[in-house]
Amino acid sequence: MASAAFEPKNSAVKWFNDRLPILGLLHGTFVSYPAPKNLNYWWNFGSLAGIALMVQIITGIVLAMHYTPHTAMAFNSVEHIMRDVNYGWLLRSIHANGASMFFIVVYTHIFRGLYYGSYKAPREMLWILGVVIMLLMMATAFMGYVLPWGQMSFWGATVITNLFSAIPLVGDSIVTFLWGGFSVDNPTLNRFFSLHYLLPFVIVGVVILHIWALHIQGSNNPLGVDVKSKQDTVTFHPYYTAKDLLGLGVFFLVFSYFVFFNPDMLGHPDNYIPANPMVTPPHIVPEWYFLPFYAILRSVPDIGIPFTDIVFVKAKLAGVIAMFASILVLVVLPWLDKSSVRSAKFRPLTNGFFWILLADLVVLTIVGGKPAEGIWPVIGLIGTVYYFAHFLVITPIVSRIEKTKPLPESISSPVVK
Amino acid sequence: MASNKAGNEGVSRREFIHVMSAGAGAVAVGAAVWPLIDQMNPSADVLALASTEVDLSAIEVGQSVTVKWRGKPVFIRRRTDAEIKEAESVNAADLPDPQPDADRVQKPEWLVMVGVCTHLGCVPLGQQGDYNGWFCPCHGSHYDTSGRIRKGPAPTNLEIPAYRFLDDSKILIG
Repeated sequence: MASAAFEPKNSAVKWFNDRLPILGLLHGTFVSYPAPKNLNYWWNFGSLAGIALMVQIITGIVLAMHYTPHTAMAFNSVEHIMRDVNYGWLLRSIHANGASMFFIVVYTHIFRGLYYGSYKAPREMLWILGVVIMLLMMATAFMGYVLPWGQMSFWGATVITNLFSAIPLVGDSIVTFLWGGFSVDNPTLNRFFSLHYLLPFVIVGVVILHIWALHIQGSNNPLGVDVKSKQDTVTFHPYYTAKDLLGLGVFFLVFSYFVFFNPDMLGHPDNYIPANPMVTPPHIVPEWYFLPFYAILRSVPDIGIPFTDIVFVKAKLAGVIAMFASILVLVVLPWLDKSSVRSAKFRPLTNGFFWILLADLVVLTIVGGKPAEGIWPVIGLIGTVYYFAHFLVITPIVSRIEKTKPLPESISSPVVK
Repeated sequence: MASNKAGNEGVSRREFIHVMSAGAGAVAVGAAVWPLIDQMNPSADVLALASTEVDLSAIEVGQSVTVKWRGKPVFIRRRTDAEIKEAESVNAADLPDPQPDADRVQKPEWLVMVGVCTHLGCVPLGQQGDYNGWFCPCHGSHYDTSGRIRKGPAPTNLEIPAYRFLDDSKILIG
């Protein structure tokens, strides 16, 4: 997308930009970027995600000034932040709840992309970079949750790092390598802190690539039809800066509710018990944003021939594969969906299955938070099978047989005659 | 001028030097990267703490103690006769991870095993579950009185650490 050229009036600014055209780059990204004029509020979530990332980085850097990554001191240093450090309670509350807010925003952003077909050609690289960002976010959030060194921190770290022991032959060596010892201990906490500090900056790098890829092909829009003329776009500033700022205000209101009125609602009380390697809490649950993936991990049984003892893949390995596959399947989605129509507004079947998928993920979220007994593993297995069926069976078939509604000629045509 | 074709293989000197320098470069990069990777593995002090001595004299029949070895809990249980009988009476071939009780103990009375569920590493609870052995609350694995997996997602029996009896009432784990 060609942005209008940056022509500064101030001669000093012009002098600078002629030698280092970074101002022109920023101008093209946040001011003159021609965005489709019909973007709805679901398009706010991209910029919200960027702001949530900034909030995490800024609060994280200052929290690191008071936190001690040592098994003997980590828990107490967090309490020190909460009780003694000036505004420490506020900074930690923002950081801890900010992770949840970041995931809410990013999940909404992903589902917006799914609904309006933003993953489809020519935006496949944009979409794949988004999946990379999500994976990095998950790794970062997981390691961050370990740092307070409470019971959930310790046992969450134990369970998740043990996933790698499912890898045949080298699994145990990999786990020892990840731990730096024979159990989750001080070396583990130390490296998690190092990586938890590093990864957000890696995310920033991939976000820059994500925005770069966005600006090569331009934004998708609720109609999913290509931008045909200048009439179809408006400049990012002031139109979408204003629209995004309104959304940001609403976002900060919701965020503030958690920070100021219910700071521990999304956490787990067991994490206020210092880590104890000798006692496992009766019910280990990850943070809410990991629950659907945790449900998938736990619900997969031994894969083999039914009613015989023949097992090809043990449940443990199968669960781990399924959990990673549930995210990686998104990478190939642009090629599973064969439809030439992007937006689900014009795809009645796709529209229906979209909502079923969303409901399926809500079910998996609930299952992930329940103990693995009684009816829950069965519901989890059904939910898991449906999740994969959606992408691997339903999407390829529906996108071939679906009778789509007629598309408008252009973004402007429904309004300008 | 000498031809830059060497021999009859059709390999030019330039190609040869490219392959050789790329190969040498790869070795050099590998050698430089290895310390950066290997630093993640257990350090000397962690490896030095790899064995633990335990005094068994205070443990009564039907009692268990949990000791820490390599940062992990190790269960030491002085089994009752009923538990030993139960463990020995099972046909090992019918188990998910077939292993006779005799292979899991040095003296039938003393069961020494790593108290870490082989599923995802939680600590199972003692004398619970469907087989009166250990039960892992995390994902519902049931172990019998020999610490063998009987039901649930765990793939293998509870691990038996390397240990030896120093005398009748002392063992060295590790």
